[in-house]
Amino acid sequence: MIRQTFPGVRRALPAALRFLSGGETFGDEPECADLTKEASLYVHWPYCLRRCSYCNFNKYIPRENNSHVMTDCLQRETETLLQLSQISSITSVFFGGGTPSLAHPSTIAAILETVSRQVKLPASAEVTLEVNPTPMGMSKLEDFCRAGVNRLSIGVQSLQDNDLGVLGRDHTSHQALEVIEEAQRLCPGRVSVDVMFGRPRQSVESWEKELSDLLRVCDDHVSLYQLTLERGTQLFKQVQQGEVTVPAEDVMAEMYQCARRTLQQNGFLQYEVSNFARNNAVSHHNMSYWRGKQYIGVGPGAHGRFVPLGDGGVVREARTQTLEPDVWIHEVQQRGHGTRRKIQLCHLQLLEEVLVMGMRMTQGINHNHWALFSPQMNLQEVFGTTSDVHQLLQKGYLILDDRGLRCSWDGLVLLDSMLPALLLELETQIQQRPQRNHSADGQTQTANSQCE
Amino acid sequence: MFSTHTDKQETLDLSKFPADKIRNFCIIAHIDHGKSTLADRLLEMTGAIAKTEKNKQVLDKLQVERERGITVKAQTASLFYSHQGEQYLLNLIDTPGHVDFSYEVSRSISACQGVLLIVDANQGIQAQTVANFYLAFEAQLTIIPILNKIDLKNADPKRVESQIEKVFDIPRDDCIRISAKHGTNVEMVLQAVVNRIPPPAVSSDDPFRALVFDSNFDHYRGVVANIAVFGGRVRKGDKIVSAHLGKTYEVNEIGLLRPDEHPTQRLYAGQVGYIIAGMKDVKEAQIGDTLYLQEQPVKALPGFKPAKAMVFAGMYPMDQSEYPGLRSAIERLTLNDSSVTVQKDSSLALGAGWRLGFLGLLHMEVFNQRLEQEYNASVIVTAPTVPYKAVLSSAKLIKNRRAIQKNMVYIDDQRVMMKYLFPLNEIVVDFYDLLKSLSSGYASFDYENAGYQAADLIKMDILLNGRSVEELITIVHRDRAYNTGKAMCERLKDSIPRQMFEIAVQAAIGSKIIARETIKAYRKNVLAKCYGGDITRKMKLLKRQAEGKKKMRRIGNVEVPKDAFINVLKRKDK
Repeated sequence: MIRQTFPGVRRALPAALRFLSGGETFGDEPECADLTKEASLYVHWPYCLRRCSYCNFNKYIPRENNSHVMTDCLQRETETLLQLSQISSITSVFFGGGTPSLAHPSTIAAILETVSRQVKLPASAEVTLEVNPTPMGMSKLEDFCRAGVNRLSIGVQSLQDNDLGVLGRDHTSHQALEVIEEAQRLCPGRVSVDVMFGRPRQSVESWEKELSDLLRVCDDHVSLYQLTLERGTQLFKQVQQGEVTVPAEDVMAEMYQCARRTLQQNGFLQYEVSNFARNNAVSHHNMSYWRGKQYIGVGPGAHGRFVPLGDGGVVREARTQTLEPDVWIHEVQQRGHGTRRKIQLCHLQLLEEVLVMGMRMTQGINHNHWALFSPQMNLQEVFGTTSDVHQLLQKGYLILDDRGLRCSWDGLVLLDSMLPALLLELETQIQQRPQRNHSADGQTQTANSQCE
Repeated sequence: MFSTHTDKQETLDLSKFPADKIRNFCIIAHIDHGKSTLADRLLEMTGAIAKTEKNKQVLDKLQVERERGITVKAQTASLFYSHQGEQYLLNLIDTPGHVDFSYEVSRSISACQGVLLIVDANQGIQAQTVANFYLAFEAQLTIIPILNKIDLKNADPKRVESQIEKVFDIPRDDCIRISAKHGTNVEMVLQAVVNRIPPPAVSSDDPFRALVFDSNFDHYRGVVANIAVFGGRVRKGDKIVSAHLGKTYEVNEIGLLRPDEHPTQRLYAGQVGYIIAGMKDVKEAQIGDTLYLQEQPVKALPGFKPAKAMVFAGMYPMDQSEYPGLRSAIERLTLNDSSVTVQKDSSLALGAGWRLGFLGLLHMEVFNQRLEQEYNASVIVTAPTVPYKAVLSSAKLIKNRRAIQKNMVYIDDQRVMMKYLFPLNEIVVDFYDLLKSLSSGYASFDYENAGYQAADLIKMDILLNGRSVEELITIVHRDRAYNTGKAMCERLKDSIPRQMFEIAVQAAIGSKIIARETIKAYRKNVLAKCYGGDITRKMKLLKRQAEGKKKMRRIGNVEVPKDAFINVLKRKDK
């Protein structure tokens, strides 16, 4: 082994060079015919220093420093799942959490090393790390990049210090700005900021102001999320009890529309419901979720979608890893992985996911993309005949043309109101046509493909 | 159970009881005046049941009767009573007290020669005392007035006796003061039954004929018909004919009800008992039908007027897959309660179901409760409606409840009886409850059908984005249209989820909109975060929505969940 301390370092430079050379446009990424041969990798770091008031994610406040054990187990599970899959190449890696920037850079390096030991991890592959914009997080950025990270996603959430307090964040807006600056220095053009709207007491005006402040400092990628009140969170309770009020639904809608316009005016293209990029700085990792590609999820509670070896090796499985870190650690130590649940996706279920995820992108689902999963029935045949879909087309919420099926600007906001109709249509059409089923992964499939 | 039956069967010779040793009577009373308690005592004293503390409403067998403390279904009990050295067979028919069940009362009366008219010595004459009195009076039965609950502190038997004298024209000396609860003077009641009630004027030498006055359905044995023998005798193995259908049956089993079934070899003229003759369908044992021997045809006895349904309700299965189960439950139950009218119905919202007619609201509630308790069926009950014959527009009966006073009689210085003509739909829902609460429980209420009257009724449509919803079309009085329409619109608004477009919920009379609610369109409905770890949860949610969408009813472009109709149509819980 040559790369010992920071094995990713050799990869970091070419990645940056590749970016400078221009990259690709996100509309026409070449589709790989054999979907089972590649996947993206998600690695979950379950620990946080504190609980944010709005967050219901799978995260834990560590009782002791067990980052060594965690590192070992993440490597071990990565190894096991890669072996189990049929992939020969990892197209992107995403370290999420929790707060993965709490992990030691050597952990990141070790995992990337594990990957490239087993399969191809192209130097150009996008490796994203979620970063909490704290001084501590900032101090490690450079080492993360040396370890192989080439894209940073910064959880800014808000530029209002008051709001950061209400949300339970452990950083100030000033610190966030510093981290953005440092991140841009390290990964120019590959820094994303997360912001949240619909926060308690937020108005449309203050949001507009905040957004324009953000636009002055941010890099080429913005993710903006409407604050969702999740059951079991502190904020949910506060709102229930009337201690805190969040903007009304219509105000939320206004904030979203206003952000979409503002970002567009600033050269950011919306490429997904919550994601905006300029200079084609889209997240390749996330794009592969929305395009129905395979992914392997490693770490407590991580989800995966891939075709494992054996059993004919054609059926994609939805896999969920054990949620609770201690239990997960134990399982990984015992059997090499902590997969808690495996569900075989039938042909219809796979197409349903392809539809639901694909429609979140502004480019929607193009004909070639759909044909990869449904070679026997094209978009026109599935959706072009029903009166429900026709109404949506007529009203201009949906577009079905020679490019494919997608939401219009107005339709994207109402996607979840349209999906049930599209899903029903898909189900009807698929079930009406008994035929040889092609698995999503391009191979003819005879068994296990029919839904109950 | 069966072995004891056999034992007694051998010892019991009913030929020892010719007509003059038989008394047939029933107990009638206003609700809660102590009918069933007196019946318990009579059963105990004649040895039909053992005397224990636990005898409470022995004849009320149904769960609903015990829970509500009411009698719903008339029950028969034959009692053996020795009086001055003679053995008598006393046939007691316990009847429901509530006005809704007066149909049961009138049927029971037809098998009797006398009645015990029970009046609470504390409360005095109440509405159903009057109603039941007239039923007995018109049937020319001997009436024995009994003042019950004389043990109560506030009992005022003297005042009640004078009420009885004034209202019913029965001499006060005829009244028997008792406490059914403590058994005080109950022996006197039995003596009065023997002494005052005439024996049935029938003869065992006549050809056999019997009146079917009630019937039950037994899972294993088919129809069990309660009969009163008006002439002749019948025994096991006889071939009998139903006058109504002309069908012939063979008698499999006959016997007395004491109150449990108690098989005997024969039944003789004047006696009351049950008969099982291989009838598979209660329709074969039509209430009011006459049974006779195949070889000795007779003229049929006068039957009964069919019960007139006063309140209607839609009943629908929760889910259409439960339709066959509910159908058989309703069939079974109506076998035992022929006063319920059944019509198939279907609603676009609720699917296939029935429109059932009941004698009153309590009757409807009891029926529904029995469906749930005895048949484990869950149903959606839609709002009660009353029959309308015509829709005319002549402004007429208008007061708060659109009532017209017909007459007013002072029963005594504390009580007044008032008669009003009401539109039925004003009283079916909550009138009785309101009356009770206004009068602190003192007022009582009874009604009879006064026929159809012209009224200012109009058809009201409920519109969703301008399209009429067929299943919500309502007939309302013009004065109530606004309130009803507004309430319906509000309930619909609360139960239709937001959609991609605005929905106008309107109540309209003809082309005139009288109420409106608006369901605003979604301005944003899309999940913010949907990445690799979110898809499973999101798919589950979407699939559920898609399934729900399948079950939605489309009114134009508006999707209405089935629940919405149920919320608007179902009776409000009290």
